[in-house]
Amino acid sequence: MSAEPAITPELVAKHGLTPDEYERIKTILKREPNFTELGIFSVMWSEHCSYKNSKNELRKFPTTGERVLVKAGEENAGVIDIGDGWAIAFKMESHNHPSAVEPFQGAATGVGGIIRDIFTMGARPVFSLNSLRFGPITGDGASVKTNRRLFAGVVAGISHYGNCIGIPTIGGEVYFDESYNGNPLVNVFNLGILKHEQIARGAAKGVGNPVFYVGAETGRDGLAGAAFASRDLTEESKEDRPAVQVGDPFREKLLLEACLELLATDAVAGIQDMGAAGLTCSTCETASRGGTGVEIDLAKVPQRETGMTPYETMLSESQERMLIIVKKGHEQTVVDIFEKWDLPYAEVGVVNDDGMMRVRDHGKIVVEIPARQLADEAPLYSREAKAKPTPPQLDLAKLPATDNHAALLALLSHPSIASKNWVYRQYDHTVRAGTMTLPGSDAAVFLVREANKILAATSDCNALYCSLDPRQGARIAIAEAARNLACSGATPVAVTDNLNFGNPHNPENFWQLRECVEGLAEGCNAFDTPVTGGNVSLYNQSPAGAIDPTPTVGMVGLIEEEKHVTTSYFKAPGDAILLIGGFGDELGASHFLTVVHGQKVGPVPALDFAKERAMHDGLRALIKSRLIKSAHDLSEGGLAVALAESSLTHPNPPAQPLGAVIELGDTGLRLDQLLFNETQGRVVISVKPTDVATVLMLLELRGIVAKKIGAVGGDLLKITVGGETLAWPLSELKSAWYDSIAHAMHA
Amino acid sequence: MKAAVIRFPGSNCDQDAVLALTELGVPTDYVWHKETSLEGYDLVILPGGFSYGDYLRCGAIARFSPIMKAIKDHAAAGKLTMGICNGFQILCEAGLLPGALIRNRSLHFVCQHQHVRVEDISNPFLNLGQTGGLLRIPIAHGEGSYTADPATLRELNHKGRVLLRYTDAIGAATDAANPNGSAENIAGICNEARNIFGLMPHPERACDPRLGSNDGRIIFESILTTLGFLKAA
Repeated sequence: MSAEPAITPELVAKHGLTPDEYERIKTILKREPNFTELGIFSVMWSEHCSYKNSKNELRKFPTTGERVLVKAGEENAGVIDIGDGWAIAFKMESHNHPSAVEPFQGAATGVGGIIRDIFTMGARPVFSLNSLRFGPITGDGASVKTNRRLFAGVVAGISHYGNCIGIPTIGGEVYFDESYNGNPLVNVFNLGILKHEQIARGAAKGVGNPVFYVGAETGRDGLAGAAFASRDLTEESKEDRPAVQVGDPFREKLLLEACLELLATDAVAGIQDMGAAGLTCSTCETASRGGTGVEIDLAKVPQRETGMTPYETMLSESQERMLIIVKKGHEQTVVDIFEKWDLPYAEVGVVNDDGMMRVRDHGKIVVEIPARQLADEAPLYSREAKAKPTPPQLDLAKLPATDNHAALLALLSHPSIASKNWVYRQYDHTVRAGTMTLPGSDAAVFLVREANKILAATSDCNALYCSLDPRQGARIAIAEAARNLACSGATPVAVTDNLNFGNPHNPENFWQLRECVEGLAEGCNAFDTPVTGGNVSLYNQSPAGAIDPTPTVGMVGLIEEEKHVTTSYFKAPGDAILLIGGFGDELGASHFLTVVHGQKVGPVPALDFAKERAMHDGLRALIKSRLIKSAHDLSEGGLAVALAESSLTHPNPPAQPLGAVIELGDTGLRLDQLLFNETQGRVVISVKPTDVATVLMLLELRGIVAKKIGAVGGDLLKITVGGETLAWPLSELKSAWYDSIAHAMHA
Repeated sequence: MKAAVIRFPGSNCDQDAVLALTELGVPTDYVWHKETSLEGYDLVILPGGFSYGDYLRCGAIARFSPIMKAIKDHAAAGKLTMGICNGFQILCEAGLLPGALIRNRSLHFVCQHQHVRVEDISNPFLNLGQTGGLLRIPIAHGEGSYTADPATLRELNHKGRVLLRYTDAIGAATDAANPNGSAENIAGICNEARNIFGLMPHPERACDPRLGSNDGRIIFESILTTLGFLKAA
């Protein structure tokens, strides 16, 4: 083994630590760190592990509520009560940087990581969502080709890992915009189910308890990935390929079953997955949470390569590994279960009472750091924030008239709005036999049979809004998520978020982060949905600049009864179509302006939380009265896109076509403004013709604006406004919308 | 009666299969692949999933699992054996069914609700169905394109051993309705003795109307009727 490098200021800087941070390390250790210890501080104090640049902001989120069983930040994932002794654990996490350099493995290991976070809590993972963003995939040119390669690789990676492990991927979102050129976003969500008494803790409890390492052998893959994720992406980033881990979903499936089998026994005192910062993070965090110390010997760690140094072993991010604190005397239970599943395991250490994370290599001490100060006392920074200048605003009078017929087709075929069937057909979305609403509706709906509970989940973020007005964009992300759940018949219970931003040392980027966090917090308070955890991904910028701020919201809701499950598509010819929330008039920040006019201009639509929530309550009341046959929220592309989607998305359409005949009267608006504006708080519903009067009356009693605008039926989407009529054959709309992404990918 | 659902390492539809059977009232056990006996079981199901990660080739390693000898004995005794998706792949690899399942022609994994046409009801697995009747059942596989040499295909057709074919919504077995490039749109076949059934669609995912289709129950109920567990209507 070669001698360890000497600690120089250059080496400290290369580890992403500032001189002040290095001084702090020396104070903690009361001496100079050695090379391995320097590496350990570097990953634990990276943004990815310590949230040092964002923690002060994250404290603004509401995190408590009567359903919260495990709060955000306490453990790997928050846990929420869903009644009858059952609970859910869920979380969203990013794998943006790894996916930028190696899309297939980057995305695959993202899925593997979030699933481990969930079963570490003692929960059985039951479904996944993902929220993806890429640069444009249509047209020619080098960057477009790169974007297609990244998009195809990420989808294949998610498909590979999720399908093999047998957890359905049932929903999510995909957007395409220039700001993600060279820096795609891959945010993955998983949810698991457990009984209250099954909640497992990641604490090293019980001095003298043995510490077990279980799962795949440690290799040199993913070295210091957490530190890699906490840097800007540059031209040289592809040289960081070794910082991307390699996933083995088969191993993880075995690990998942073995861990759940073990957790069902009385043998486990604490459990923690080895994700970011691997063995380092799991040992110091369990010790810190347990108020204890942990001592391990690296010679006992299963290794897939020879000659690994302590630095490499401690910083490896090899996948599919867990650390388990076993109750003394129960070692044989662990051995029996991991033998059965043919998985490596080893007793690598012991819990002690001196608060130290102590690592030996063949008995010789190579690391000795106070665990709590390493895990929980990273420096915190409040970065300088500077508001971005107000973006240009729309001057409607100067906006040229367009061909509205062509505009709807252009919007429907834009990959951000077009059908995502090219994506979700590659994901197994029906395994575990619980998917009640297929991908493509407003929210995913899943029946958890063992608990007899119906869950709805959605992920939302309009990053265009966030780039033009971060606070308002974040507020709308929460409102839209809640609206999607309401349209599905669900009441929101909690939120996880994934905050994707540029380098926080840039004051404008930090301002965006702060504004978005505050906007999300406002929204969570307005809808009584505490944040149960999530992830922060900063440094999302390539040489071309930072991404649009993208605070992705994952929201979960409960549906009381099967009869309340509502989908977005029209059901039967003859049903009446109603518009809730008025015609609207806000064309600023709309997809119409971006897609048709190439303008990214404000203002972002207004939002009134009280009004929005009242509308959701009214809609849910109608759904519970079984008066609603379909409900679809208006978002990107406004009324015209929502109507087209309602006509097109039936997964098993009846023989009679489900077009629509719409009569909007004289609204006093420009036609493009009427068809494509994105005023918030609006939903298109369909009801039986005989229920129209009742529905309108019930909404009016609650002060909610609603109007009958037409009827389902025919093979056209026909919209008459004043004297003017627009008509699109459904076949034309369908080919624009359904095959658009496949066409782009095969170009 | 008693049913066994085999658990290979990497099986992931085992829980769904057990659930479908227990909801029909059938006592069902998981049987770990390292077991060597299937004594006392009337029905054996090889569930879907990614046995051994589908590394090397789907089903290629699972066929060497200790339980396979017991499965062969069970089948040789004329008892009912059904392989779903990965289970079908294992049955082909083990030589209990002819042909092979190769990579989908799209080269992509495909998951969707799929119409399949019942081609034959003179077998224990579809006797409650109607010849020519349509079922709508989820498929989810990357390697589901059935292939066999012309003589085998002729034999399968001639002996009524093609039990299910992929079709469109009106029952036409067109090329456009073929989700994976299977020879002659074949979705499921049986052995000559008609007691081993392999199919790519997942009937266990279509046993509850709340999930959008109940059509998979016809297969389970046919089996249970054959075994006398359910009375024929």
